[in-house]
Amino acid sequence: MERSVNCGGNDLNLEATELRLGLPGSDEHEKQSSPSVRTSNKRASPEVAEESSSLSVSDARNGDQDSAPPAKAQVVGWPPIRSYRRNSFQQKKTEADGAGAGMYVKVSMDGAPYLRKVDLKVYKSYPELLKALESMFKLTIGEYSEREGYNVSEFVPTYEDKDGDWMLVGDVPWDMFISTCKRLRIMKGSEARGLGCL
Amino acid sequence: MMNYFPDEVLEHVFDFVTSHRDRNAVSLVCKLWYRVERFSRQRVFIGNCYAISPERLIDRFPGVKALTLKGKPHFADFNLVPQDWGGYVQPWIEALARSRIGLEELRLKRMVVSDESLDVLSRSFTNFKSLVLVSCEGFTTDGLEAIAANCRFLRELDLQENEIEEKKNLWLGCFPDSCTSLVSLNFACLKEINLVALERLVARNPNLKSLKLNRAVPLEALQRILMRAPQLVDLGTGSFVLDRDSDDSETYRKLRGTILKCRSIRNLSGFLEVAPRCLPAIYPICLNLTYLNLSYAAGIHGSELIKLIRLCGKLQRLWILDYIGDKGLEIVASTCKDLQELRVFPSDPFGAGHAAVTETGLVAISSGCPKLNSLLYFCQQMTNAALIAVAKNCPNFIRFRLCILDPTKPDPVTMQPLDEGFGAIVQSSKRLRRLSLSGLLTDRVFLYIGMYAEQLEMLSIAFAGESDKGMLYVLNGCKKLRKLEIRDSPFGDMALLRDVGKYETMRSLWMSSCDVTLGGCKTLAKQMPRLNVEIINENDQMEFAHEDSQKVEKMYLYRTLVGPRKDAPEFVWTLV
Repeated sequence: MERSVNCGGNDLNLEATELRLGLPGSDEHEKQSSPSVRTSNKRASPEVAEESSSLSVSDARNGDQDSAPPAKAQVVGWPPIRSYRRNSFQQKKTEADGAGAGMYVKVSMDGAPYLRKVDLKVYKSYPELLKALESMFKLTIGEYSEREGYNVSEFVPTYEDKDGDWMLVGDVPWDMFISTCKRLRIMKGSEARGLGCL
Repeated sequence: MMNYFPDEVLEHVFDFVTSHRDRNAVSLVCKLWYRVERFSRQRVFIGNCYAISPERLIDRFPGVKALTLKGKPHFADFNLVPQDWGGYVQPWIEALARSRIGLEELRLKRMVVSDESLDVLSRSFTNFKSLVLVSCEGFTTDGLEAIAANCRFLRELDLQENEIEEKKNLWLGCFPDSCTSLVSLNFACLKEINLVALERLVARNPNLKSLKLNRAVPLEALQRILMRAPQLVDLGTGSFVLDRDSDDSETYRKLRGTILKCRSIRNLSGFLEVAPRCLPAIYPICLNLTYLNLSYAAGIHGSELIKLIRLCGKLQRLWILDYIGDKGLEIVASTCKDLQELRVFPSDPFGAGHAAVTETGLVAISSGCPKLNSLLYFCQQMTNAALIAVAKNCPNFIRFRLCILDPTKPDPVTMQPLDEGFGAIVQSSKRLRRLSLSGLLTDRVFLYIGMYAEQLEMLSIAFAGESDKGMLYVLNGCKKLRKLEIRDSPFGDMALLRDVGKYETMRSLWMSSCDVTLGGCKTLAKQMPRLNVEIINENDQMEFAHEDSQKVEKMYLYRTLVGPRKDAPEFVWTLV
């Protein structure tokens, strides 16, 4: 029954002491000395890292600049942080990775008694978002055109960006929009027409 | 001579003996002392809920008022123990309720707590005062409603890092208007809260000393709460951000004014979200802080963090994220001369390690803070030279936990294992009680531990060692060892079985992904009937070969007076 050799193992593990110019850890010797690989037992746990041959996080930065960094090989339960802390951290990371100002943004509509909130992450494009807004507020916004904005109805979707300016929804690429949008406002009436007919 | 003292005198003397260990020692002196001690014992600590039964607890200590129970093994914190492994508090609460024990305080760690348990708890003990739940799971806000509604004299409700299912957001409103006895309230681990109920609760509880809010409490509400509770000693802020529509400068001004009145705050935590421009409001508190926990404050970093630290000259305990960097730690070292405890958590545990700390930061701390006695340090790398320097600067470690994010990383300068570095630590800190190792380590480090770590009680080993000798050095040398947990290390049956009696002197042993076999575990179980030797087998039952030569994925053994537990799930086998 072949079993993996622990770091150090029964051999002298000369590679561990070899002087090299590479970054510590960014070498291949750890692949063979992975104690997390148990070839004798079946690995039934779904949590185990896919790349079970590599237990080192640093293996993932193997200096390969061309491709996107490969998924970090994760050993179950390492580093030893409590699940609660780990979950709260990952939640923060997701929040940070999403829109800079958060994915749930307030939506106000002129004349409405209260505001709503939408999760921008749920939508993949402007038409999807606009359709959702139309359905939420029971109105028609119509289609965006670069030249004329929204000139179908009296409602115009606008958003406040990171600088605090009110912008017309639709001008910038979707990804840029969700990363800069802090809140939405559906303008109505003459104010809207002023904005929509630049 | 002592026989001529009436029991009451003995009891009175024993009143001054408060630590669990001392009381345990007292009870072993003679039968008389055992008897007097057991009737007068009010505080009982049970480090492993399966080591004893509730019935036997009640039988021996009928006067118990305060109980601490711990359930799952420590490695459960890191997802190494499957769901439904055990650790249920229900039988304990039922037994205590049935026996009409006058329970007043209950502290649980890593246990499964159900809403029903909380409900029974809340209705069975009229003088119930304090509930502390740490890393527990299995309950919802319904259970909290019962506690709030029924515990008329509740002083403390402390929920630390629990997994709580949040149903309706009503529980805080279930505290009756007559509830004015609260001293400590911590709900930081919840996502929601009823702000109106919270403010009313704080307003009518003038003895509140410790309050830890959650992220649903914005700055405006915090300001109003602090107005009502300037006597707070221990504050956990929620979100330190303003509501979008509020007037920033007005709120900030009010906050600043209110905080100036809070002269008693010594412990500060929270900052789950932060608007950095509001941070200066807390500067006045910093001067008197002795404990600062910014380990969840991902929004405070860079110069904001440094500004804050520079004000905390009296700090004794600091918990931070590794955003602080080595340079930041140098500033801690020059500012916090009274520092005793430092915990540096990883901000990016699976990332490429940009915002991390190294051996440099730790050496700086050791150099500036000679009183340091407790360390938890997640870092990119460590060197032997650094550890040797730290050992020399700080000979007072009680707890030393080092976690190199890459668990088998050698000293990057010399490419040597870290044996010498850890050896220096155990040799210099003669009062070391807890140690966690990481980095590239051979059997040698265990030789040092066995030789020098005379007071060591808990040792955590991961991806270390070369042979059974390593484990043997520890088992032979560390006379005070109570908890040993090992993962992914090449220790097998030879080490496991060399001194089976040792395990009865310990609370527990955990070994996962090591080289112990089913046969070895069976042998141990047969020889030691007062140990529960549990195998956690997550593989498909059918395919597990049941061959004695098969390596065991996870083994957890512990001493017990009550035999195999009856609540073990299918995937846990207790060997006999």
